[in-house]
Amino acid sequence: MTALLTAENLSLGYESRVIACGLNFSVGAGDYLCIVGENGSGKTTLMKTLLGLQEPLGGKVVIGAGLKKNQIGYLPQQTVIQKEFPASVREIVLSGCQGRCGLRPFYNRVEKQIAEENMKRMGVFELASRCYRELSGGQQQRVLLARALCATQKLLLLDEPVSGLDPMVADGMYRLISSLNREGITVIMISHDMAAALRYASHVLHLGANLFFGTKEAYLESEPGRLFCRAGKGESR
Amino acid sequence: MMMLDKLEMYIQYPFVRYALIVGVFIALCSSLLGVTLVLKRFSFIGDGLSHVAFGAMAIAAVLNVANQMAVMMPITIVSAVLLLRTGQNAKIKGDAAIAMISVGSLAFGYMLMNIFSGSSNLSGDVCSTLFGSTSILTLSKQDVWLCTVLSIAVVLTFTFFYNKIFAVTFDEDFAKASGTKADGCNLLIAIVIAVIIVLAMNLVGSLLISALIIFPALSAMRLFRSFKSVTVFSAALSVGCALAGILTSILAGTPVGSTIVAVDAAAFGICWIAGTIKGGIHS
Ligand SMILES: Nc1ncnc2c1ncn2[C@@H]1O[C@H](COP(=O)(O)OP(=O)(O)O)[C@@H](O)[C@H]1O
Ligand SMILES: [Mg+2]
Repeated sequence: MTALLTAENLSLGYESRVIACGLNFSVGAGDYLCIVGENGSGKTTLMKTLLGLQEPLGGKVVIGAGLKKNQIGYLPQQTVIQKEFPASVREIVLSGCQGRCGLRPFYNRVEKQIAEENMKRMGVFELASRCYRELSGGQQQRVLLARALCATQKLLLLDEPVSGLDPMVADGMYRLISSLNREGITVIMISHDMAAALRYASHVLHLGANLFFGTKEAYLESEPGRLFCRAGKGESR
Repeated sequence: MMMLDKLEMYIQYPFVRYALIVGVFIALCSSLLGVTLVLKRFSFIGDGLSHVAFGAMAIAAVLNVANQMAVMMPITIVSAVLLLRTGQNAKIKGDAAIAMISVGSLAFGYMLMNIFSGSSNLSGDVCSTLFGSTSILTLSKQDVWLCTVLSIAVVLTFTFFYNKIFAVTFDEDFAKASGTKADGCNLLIAIVIAVIIVLAMNLVGSLLISALIIFPALSAMRLFRSFKSVTVFSAALSVGCALAGILTSILAGTPVGSTIVAVDAAAFGICWIAGTIKGGIHS
């Protein structure tokens, strides 16, 4: 199998503070990787490093030959978008197609179509001309998801995609991601929700004191997996 | 009627027509990047650069070059690129660097003018560089052409990169992650800001440039909720205010730059009240 992304002896952190080190794993085309770990274990930092938004402290991220930057969709964790920003939902979702444009200045009909479909998929089409900053947290999350879907052609990275969504919508969300995965989109997702993570994922990366990377089945048998699952059952999430 | 007659008489003069043309173009350009500047916390760059442009103008004045813009433009563009770099570098505090550069170039510029200027009216010269001169009424045909060409270039660049500028301003991380050349876009924004500032220096002087850039955007943001409508409205408002300001200054004999900024400020006041009323009804 061809690897889309490979982490080689990767060390993460900010300036000189190391958060995690010695990460080795690879994500193949069609995989569904779930990244789990306690708060502050560096999941978000890892995702940003994989995306090239920040430099690794050591080691490297190798992007497979088959993957271009503009085929990647990304849902950031709680983006701090300035409260004052004037932008309509349509403008934001459409900006997910920006990577497809290359140097072309304006969106074409196909891209507008893609944006519309994804708004409908996420149930925000009725809000298309509303102002983003006036929406509720859950609605904003769905708008950003629709934007991420617009950019996704091969790989989708999600940082806690269901935070702020109510359980019904969250469930639909997971099913949608899973169906995208079955259509051939590679998924890397950070999640707190162990049950959902383990239902759909094919691989698990556990960050923290005892690192683990492997298939879901192997994870369930492993030490960190058993500990974490037990702890997870106790939580209300 | 008196006013209109007077206006009609003034319009006959080419220098008044030139001033109006240049004013409209500069107002249009300066409003375009206002939203980006306000929201991307680039406003500090705008402010810093206007001071750099002052220093550059002092150098140009001392060197006694015929075309001051030829000196100011490259210096300001290079500074814009450098400021952008330091602003992104977490290790050097961006704000401190900019404060240093901007205050430094003010002092340096004033000193240069003091030591080398042969002009008998030094404080008048300094004052007009800081607050805009009546020089907008003494533009040559060549100045008008240069300004027009540069303005059109700015507007075209902005239109061409409009969607990219939106993407990068709204969420730089996402834009970068999904394949938009965000760094290139930031560089472009910085260069365009530098060009706008050098242009606007003619109209309102270096201390009032920020007002020209930021007031229309803030006014539009009070009233509109999408990026496109805010951009279009702030451009229209800026042009309207510049026209009103120039005409008022001609009729009433007030300084051009500060009159335009005063009109911009008044328009902001009106938009602020209108926004409050509109918001009150909505929610
Ligand atoms: N911009 C930053 N600068 C310095 N430290 C940071 C920054 N962002 C996060 N951290 C630190 O890095 C650690 C990991 O953060 P993060 O990757 O967000 O964890 P997670 O997503 O797993 O909850 C935390 O201890 C956090 O305090
Ligand atoms: Mg996180």
